[in-house]
Amino acid sequence: MYTTNLNFDKNKKESGKVEALEGGPEAEAFQAKLDQDLMVEPKDWMPEAYRKTLIRQISQHAHSEVVGMLPEGNWISRAPTLKRKAILLAKVQDEGGHGLYLYSAVETLGVSRDEVVALLLNGTAKYSTIFNYPTLNWADIGAIGWLVDGAAIMNQIPLQRCSYGPYARAMVRVCKEESFHQRQGYEIMLAMANGNAAQKEMAQDALNRWWWPSLMMFGPPDDNSPNSAQSMAWKIKRFSNDELRQKFIDVTVPQADVLGLKIPDPDLKWNKKTSHYDIGEIDWDEFYQVVKGNGVCNRDRLRARNDAHQNGQWVRDAAMAYDEKRRKRAA
Amino acid sequence: MQNELFEYALRLGDNNLILGQQLGNWCGHAPDLELDITLANLALDIIGQARLFLSLAGEIEGKGRDEDVLAYHRDVADFRNVLLVEQPNGDWGATIVRQFLYTTWQQLFLTKLVASTDERFAAIAQKAIKEVAYHARFASEWMKRLGDGTEESHNRVQDALNSQWRFADELFDMDNVDRKLAKAGIGVDLAKLQKEWDARIDTVLADATLARPEPQSAMFRGRNGHHTEHLGHLLSDMQFLQRAYPGATW
Repeated sequence: MYTTNLNFDKNKKESGKVEALEGGPEAEAFQAKLDQDLMVEPKDWMPEAYRKTLIRQISQHAHSEVVGMLPEGNWISRAPTLKRKAILLAKVQDEGGHGLYLYSAVETLGVSRDEVVALLLNGTAKYSTIFNYPTLNWADIGAIGWLVDGAAIMNQIPLQRCSYGPYARAMVRVCKEESFHQRQGYEIMLAMANGNAAQKEMAQDALNRWWWPSLMMFGPPDDNSPNSAQSMAWKIKRFSNDELRQKFIDVTVPQADVLGLKIPDPDLKWNKKTSHYDIGEIDWDEFYQVVKGNGVCNRDRLRARNDAHQNGQWVRDAAMAYDEKRRKRAA
Repeated sequence: MQNELFEYALRLGDNNLILGQQLGNWCGHAPDLELDITLANLALDIIGQARLFLSLAGEIEGKGRDEDVLAYHRDVADFRNVLLVEQPNGDWGATIVRQFLYTTWQQLFLTKLVASTDERFAAIAQKAIKEVAYHARFASEWMKRLGDGTEESHNRVQDALNSQWRFADELFDMDNVDRKLAKAGIGVDLAKLQKEWDARIDTVLADATLARPEPQSAMFRGRNGHHTEHLGHLLSDMQFLQRAYPGATW
């Protein structure tokens, strides 16, 4: 899974500006790396704003992986077969692993994992809006793999070539695992769509509820995404939000056809001129409401993360105390 | 002999199924991200072992029941797991104590089961024993960390140990099935594991500065279908979809 592009100001309507790079030979060396498509590494000089943008983006991405464990974890105990249970456990565990790589990547930028996690726990840091939607039936687990991980792959493949080395390399491994996640999700949908009437109904219901939020994962439209231009100039971002969203739609619509499910958009149609699907209006008010904390599950997700952290405090304290005692004994 | 073999495979499958189901509930909620991942790993290993034993049980029985029919379509009275594994997760200390008592036993058990004259049991044991060696190390290390960590962690883990101790003796209890299969060289003489189990437990408890509780017994036996109240709730959660939509393919 991945993080929604949340670096925007919804009131800003003008197109984004790119800051001119000022500075001496170090700044020139940084720019030269970008121009030659080389990777910037942790010890290289980088503009403060570049570092800050990456800290925000990578930590949001990490938080999204970890919070994303909750909606899927909600069905581990109720998975319908032991094989499905094992696959789901492995998948959710992978997401935790992605969180770990990403927290490690963000630490190369001079912040600690504790610092960025504290911002998640106190509600300051964002994570992908998609995880504030509930998983209500088993087909939701299929829909998350198919649509949410499918959207994640669209966004993360270009991130494998982003200019910051540790982030790009983390994405290589993450993408491999995500493609397995997407397939397992689609396979659940296939079984449900070919199942009995109740299962088909669950599959359609899941698609109805996850379709629009999945499209919102790519972030606001390009004309309302002022920071995108700067991220493009820094080669953190390679494609615009709308380009990636369109790619996702074009790939996903035929997959829904194979399932025999209907995409919940009366305006969806193939446009011969553009060779793309046109879609209806995305409800961006809903998106901003969820970003602000008013989604169905925002409070539950944050409470679950805080509960785990607080309930684990005595355990982490014990581990520290034990290590300290051992060190003293060895000395 | 077929009945006894079925019963034996079912017991081993159910122990792992119920324990794996419980461990899976930690996913997303563990004390830190590394532990979250580790516990999910343990759950995966243990559910994997459950699937092998339950499939074997179904094969021995020969009535067409596969791992899922056995897992999802039996009620409390037909489950054959020991009472220890159905005890709730509680806090991290309670989960670790349960894991420690069980996995220490399981490691010793598997060490004998690999020599089973029934190669189907031996093969599963061979696969599981590598996984369980890690589980035992993980649980023992955490017993020490919690026991010899802070005053709070010491008290919590000692409480958990005191409350779960009564379920340990069931692990060594021999009934007719055990005696018959042990005699045939297929099963394990459980009573013979007790001494080594005691020694391993005592070593870890000493390092962990924890006190070994007085001998206790739960009196009832899970393998006879006499369970604690926890199992019914666990099953109603686990079996929900299969019960609500009978005959569906997932």
